Amino acid sequence: MTTGLTNTVAEAIPTFQGYVYPNEATLHPVWSTLIVIYPYITGLVAGAFIMASLVRVFNVKALAPVYRLSMLTAFAFLLCAPLPLLFHLGHPERNYEIMMTPHLTSPMAVFGFVYAWYLMAVLLLELWFDFRQDLVKWSEVTPGFQGVLYRALTLGVTDVSEQSVRLDMKMEWILSIVGIPSAFLLHGYVGFIFGSIKANPWWGNVLMPIMFILSAIVSGIALCVFNYLVLTWIRRKTVDMRCLDTMAMFLFYALVVDAVVETLDVLHRGFAAEEGFAVLQTMIREKLFYTLNLGQVIIGTLVPLLLLGSLQLLRRRVPELVRRRMIFGSGAMILIGVLAMRWNVVMGGQFFSKSLRGVMSYKMEFAGQEGWLISAVIMCLPFIILTVLVKLFLSERLPASEPGPHAAAMGQPH
Amino acid sequence: MKTQFNRRGALARLGAVLAGVLALPVARTAKAAVQNFFTSSGAPKGYDPTEHKWLICLDATKCIGCGLCAEACKKENDVPQGPYYRTWVERYIITKPKPGSAETRGETLVDSPAGGMHGFPECPVPEDQIEQSFFVPKLCNLCEHPPCVQVCPVGATFKAPDGAVLIDKNYCIGCAFCVQACPYGARFLSPVTHTAEKCTLCYHRTTRGLKPACVEICPAEARIFGDLKNLQPDDPLRKFYESNRTQVLKPHLGTGPRVLYAGLDEEVR
Repeated sequence: MTTGLTNTVAEAIPTFQGYVYPNEATLHPVWSTLIVIYPYITGLVAGAFIMASLVRVFNVKALAPVYRLSMLTAFAFLLCAPLPLLFHLGHPERNYEIMMTPHLTSPMAVFGFVYAWYLMAVLLLELWFDFRQDLVKWSEVTPGFQGVLYRALTLGVTDVSEQSVRLDMKMEWILSIVGIPSAFLLHGYVGFIFGSIKANPWWGNVLMPIMFILSAIVSGIALCVFNYLVLTWIRRKTVDMRCLDTMAMFLFYALVVDAVVETLDVLHRGFAAEEGFAVLQTMIREKLFYTLNLGQVIIGTLVPLLLLGSLQLLRRRVPELVRRRMIFGSGAMILIGVLAMRWNVVMGGQFFSKSLRGVMSYKMEFAGQEGWLISAVIMCLPFIILTVLVKLFLSERLPASEPGPHAAAMGQPH
Repeated sequence: MKTQFNRRGALARLGAVLAGVLALPVARTAKAAVQNFFTSSGAPKGYDPTEHKWLICLDATKCIGCGLCAEACKKENDVPQGPYYRTWVERYIITKPKPGSAETRGETLVDSPAGGMHGFPECPVPEDQIEQSFFVPKLCNLCEHPPCVQVCPVGATFKAPDGAVLIDKNYCIGCAFCVQACPYGARFLSPVTHTAEKCTLCYHRTTRGLKPACVEICPAEARIFGDLKNLQPDDPLRKFYESNRTQVLKPHLGTGPRVLYAGLDEEVR
């Protein structure tokens, strides 16, 4: 039995075309599905936060109904962002060394600090300042454990005088301003993890952090659209079309910029045609054919560009229901497309040998550390956390918020 | 309830934070000292890495592709079974150009079955169609600016002053970032320890005045090893780099390899 099994495993060793370095001829690439979803989740955090900042910093009032939802989305996903990294480690129990004895030339080590900064100094603080006065109010009217939780979350600062609330608002504004570059830094650094690998022509690229940030913004806004529509559908509320149209507009603009920069990258690579260009061509034509051409380009970029672009031109003539479906469809397709982009970057960089003489095949496993099951579970986790957060902090049963930028927060009658 | 702020309390808190920040470097120095005491690179007591500078030279024109080096390395260093190698040998077969193709050479075929450990199979190209064929031994390139060291998030891999790039396996978290960053494919993630592994220059031998296993066993003297800081007048190392035009692998990446080759071809990457 054991021998039979061993033989099967040995036979399952992927096939190689051309020459790959002996150390590259392993069963699966050293980074697999977990590292695909790691930049995906981090990007969603950065994007959702930037979407929320549109309300706070750029005063886009139409987006106020989704402000809190986007902030909570960013928070739920940020909590899960380090999990894929943690699970893929050979020694997860030593993970604290990244923070305790960091090696500061390493993008991965600096990511730990950027992450901590973003979680502690930006997102948690901003959420706290935003929710504090409501928490005080809710703690007074909610009985039981939930009331105690609200009270605990005020951290004992129960002053809701006008002066104190004004200070909250000011702090939120400052934090948002600090938050935008922080969000860029957070995801830019994830891009840098790949962009800094000069050994790999598919990754080593100065445009990589920029492409990561732009696709992050696109995916974050798409996620907010998705969450907003799903939440209103679950709660059987009417959708605030002004808000949705504005989100669609920003999504379209962000997608245009993202598509242009990614096209520039392709053009540059084609024009420079440096060493290893032939192997990169094989990637596009064979190894990543479906995920790149179909997933990233057609589903993730061209179709949403067409749908959202036509809405910008013909908004008034398209009935509300159709508009809603078109925007929802675009959001969902962009979410798939950006996941495909992460796949293409992470896996694409490992489908060819660094000898530039051969390519590897890869068959995704189901279970185990390298299987897709654990990635799927990690991908579901932020949605579960978000559901709990929405139930706690965006509940319809809670009294309405004070007038402010989030006057018409989710769940409140418009 | 109004929140109470007072200057004394605020100053006390600020002082506490400052004290905490100031205590950090002290704590880190203490930790480094403790670590130094407990961890070992395999070097004997009294070995001073600053008094040596190791260099490896490889003569591709001499390598006969017997693969004894790869086998010796596996045995000496307990390298895991399977596709894991600290050193290996590649075979290059460059065919003649097709008649009338106006090319100088035809296809380049490269292979390294089991790292060349058991030699090489029969040549797949008929002899009269071969333009050139040669073997190239490979190992860690002992970079002066190692990208693997640059990316390690915890500093578990480092460049010793004597030029060896080493890994502390009790410290490595197994993220494989270094495996990705090495342009030469010289690193792998050990399925046994789940940490990164690579050529250590047989540090347990070289620090005791012995040669690395691969150099020791090479019957063709294609691998030459020496200490640039303690060169003898008739040192084979000196003879090698004085009498050969040497090359390094992937020089455009700026890694500054300290493994010098003689007799390389443009096809070797």
